[in-house]
Amino acid sequence: MQLEYFQMIDRIVEVDLEKKIMRANSIVPDQSTVFEGHFPGHPLVPGVLMIETMAQCSGILIMHTIDFTKIPLLAGVKEGKLRDFVGPKTELEIKAEIEHEGSGFAVTRAEIRSGGKRVANAQLTFTIRPFPNPELQTLIKGQVADMKIKT
Amino acid sequence: MSTFDKVADIISETSEIPREEITPDSHTIDDLGIDSLDFLDIVFAVDKEFGIKIPLETWTQEVNDGKASTEEYFVMKNLVAKIDELVAAKA
Repeated sequence: MQLEYFQMIDRIVEVDLEKKIMRANSIVPDQSTVFEGHFPGHPLVPGVLMIETMAQCSGILIMHTIDFTKIPLLAGVKEGKLRDFVGPKTELEIKAEIEHEGSGFAVTRAEIRSGGKRVANAQLTFTIRPFPNPELQTLIKGQVADMKIKT
Repeated sequence: MSTFDKVADIISETSEIPREEITPDSHTIDDLGIDSLDFLDIVFAVDKEFGIKIPLETWTQEVNDGKASTEEYFVMKNLVAKIDELVAAKA
């Protein structure tokens, strides 16, 4: 996980296209410039980045269902709950499940657990758009492939 | 409850539009002021309520390409008729 680069997912553990579920892991870094401001002497992962983590897990899952032909963009957050504070070195288990596949959009339910305890969850809506350019499509496919082989 | 009433209730709840302002002749965009994000929420709720998949991408493309008017899909009575067609096609 690199907070400054919005790289929230370290490793993809499972993508089940039949159940439309994805599981992933991440470890919050010990050091980050984000922690210099949030908060000095009391580092916590900002809530918006917890939402972003769930959105990235959901987005990667959605892209798998459409063979990476389009890019899902976060459009709505409902019932978002940040249930506990998350600090450096915390190991996170992220899960996303597709609740609805609409025409040009998708709705997921996602959660983050740490040590078996749920620390965040939300229902997320994505609008699904064409990639703005083929370079970004290739880049994202490569990043996702790397997430599957990381140990 | 009629299809119109179900859809109007969904729109009212989703977009916080007073139910009495939603009529069969209401244009969901021009009259009710529903934006694209609220429309996604509405389509999601309608898809779930009726067990269908509104072809929103196709409709939007047809409008953007000038092959259809927004009235054809986004005036309430026409939208409801399209939903009824999708429900009938599913059966």
